[in-house]
Amino acid sequence: MLAWTCEKTFKATSMLRFIGKVPSKKQIAGIKRMVFLLCLVPLFRLIYLAIADDLSANPIEFIERSTGFWTLFILLTTLSLSPIRLLTGRAWQLQFRRMLGLFMFFYACLHITTYIWLDYSFDWPDIVKDIAKHPYVLVGALAFVLTLPLALTSNNFMIRLLRERWKLLHQTVYFIAILGVVHFLWLVKKDLREPLFYMFILALLLGIRLYYKISSAQSRK
Amino acid sequence: MIIQTKSDIVPSEITPKEVFDDRRKFLQQAGLVGLLAGSAGLLGNSAHAAIPGNLSPQSKTNKSSLRLPGFSKTQYGAGEKLTAYDDVTSYNNYYEFGTGKDEPAIHSRLFKPQPWTVSIEGQVKKNKVISIEDIYKLAPLEERIYRMRCVEGWSMVIPWVGFPLSQLIKWAEPNANAKYVEFISLADSQQMPGVNLPILDWPYVEGLRMDEAMNPLTIMAVGLYGEALPNQNGAPMRLVVPWKYGFKGAKAIVKIRFTDKMPITTWMKAGPAEYGFYANVNPQVEHPRWTQSSEKRIGAGLFAGRIKTQMFNGYTEQVGQMYAGMDLRKNF
Repeated sequence: MLAWTCEKTFKATSMLRFIGKVPSKKQIAGIKRMVFLLCLVPLFRLIYLAIADDLSANPIEFIERSTGFWTLFILLTTLSLSPIRLLTGRAWQLQFRRMLGLFMFFYACLHITTYIWLDYSFDWPDIVKDIAKHPYVLVGALAFVLTLPLALTSNNFMIRLLRERWKLLHQTVYFIAILGVVHFLWLVKKDLREPLFYMFILALLLGIRLYYKISSAQSRK
Repeated sequence: MIIQTKSDIVPSEITPKEVFDDRRKFLQQAGLVGLLAGSAGLLGNSAHAAIPGNLSPQSKTNKSSLRLPGFSKTQYGAGEKLTAYDDVTSYNNYYEFGTGKDEPAIHSRLFKPQPWTVSIEGQVKKNKVISIEDIYKLAPLEERIYRMRCVEGWSMVIPWVGFPLSQLIKWAEPNANAKYVEFISLADSQQMPGVNLPILDWPYVEGLRMDEAMNPLTIMAVGLYGEALPNQNGAPMRLVVPWKYGFKGAKAIVKIRFTDKMPITTWMKAGPAEYGFYANVNPQVEHPRWTQSSEKRIGAGLFAGRIKTQMFNGYTEQVGQMYAGMDLRKNF
């Protein structure tokens, strides 16, 4: 039965493989530039709204929400590149992984800066209290701390230096994603629809990886 | 001789001057909305779906159909800097119209606060029904400038127009068994889209102990900034209890019930560990989500920082004695 399902899935996905062509090197460079600019849109939008004095009645919360959302959005996008390879056999999109990962880190930094500076005006005792007493803040802070080593080792030199350990280290990203979604889930007062949606997407992305991992382990037996 | 020719333009077709003058702004903003909708993407979130400028809900079209009779000014809140009208009417927690802060102003546009009646029941001499127009005449209306502290850690200063709840209670004639007052809000799924979602247990229920209800600070608000209460702020009548967290202020009240037992309020049901019956503003009692020792004042600007939250939201002198001897950590 399992073999049959696998075969079916294989047939379906191998059909997907022929959708579209692999872009040329030049095209990939072009797409990369576009993705880069797209990733800056949320920042420029915030700057525009700030200048237009249009960040709602609670601008600090607005910036926190917006940067938090884009951190999570870009993180989930990054995590979807490998599942796309697994499902379609196409791999060129993996070349955007580092850039997207660093943009995730960029928005996470903006998020934390807003929190420390605009929300708490560098009042460290209050910040420590907030982190210690409120689980959602703690989880978010932990997620951010865990992104630091990933961002610091994202250059080619560190990849060469760490080799297998680099791979292992960068698998923390799954844990960070789970923390990120939990951070959102625990922050919401009662209407859980949005965080549950991201949780579903994350489960889907991790589920696809797990499925291929298990089935490839089985086929090796 | 002057030959008068009749214009073939019907008056109703003439664009009002304000609209004409505003056309450029309107076009710019309409374009921007489209652009934002495109870039903010499929995952709509209140933080990305804000409506800019003049298209905002507080524009002239959202005025209530009700007209307030005259009211007198009072000393309450003298010297406080008022939160801007636009902020008071565009940033609301009113889940009947949606859980986003900007949703109540958008989704309450077609809400009809008139005709409106409030029924009085429970431990009373006799059940009664009163119309909003008669409520206006129950007691002289007065303006009360109160601080409002939300449990989420932000605050405003709002010039309410209303009357002491004690006046309404006197008229309602509760009997000797009445120890608590329960306030029940409208839950009309036709007019209130949020009611179709099981996010809270509708209708919204709030309550006060009898002495809290009779306290001179407690008012029924029927207006703000000198005009009838906007729909998103709880039209036509809402409760305002300034020393308690904002969620105690039940909106669009349709029923007032006097009881001998402590009412179970909506938020107590939704999160018993987070929301208690008393919900007094108290910087010493922690909340599992939000810092309660300080707050952000709406409208203070990006770099204003937080201000210290005061015990009973700064109204200790007027209300502190009601809680003498009570463990406020337990009775949060």
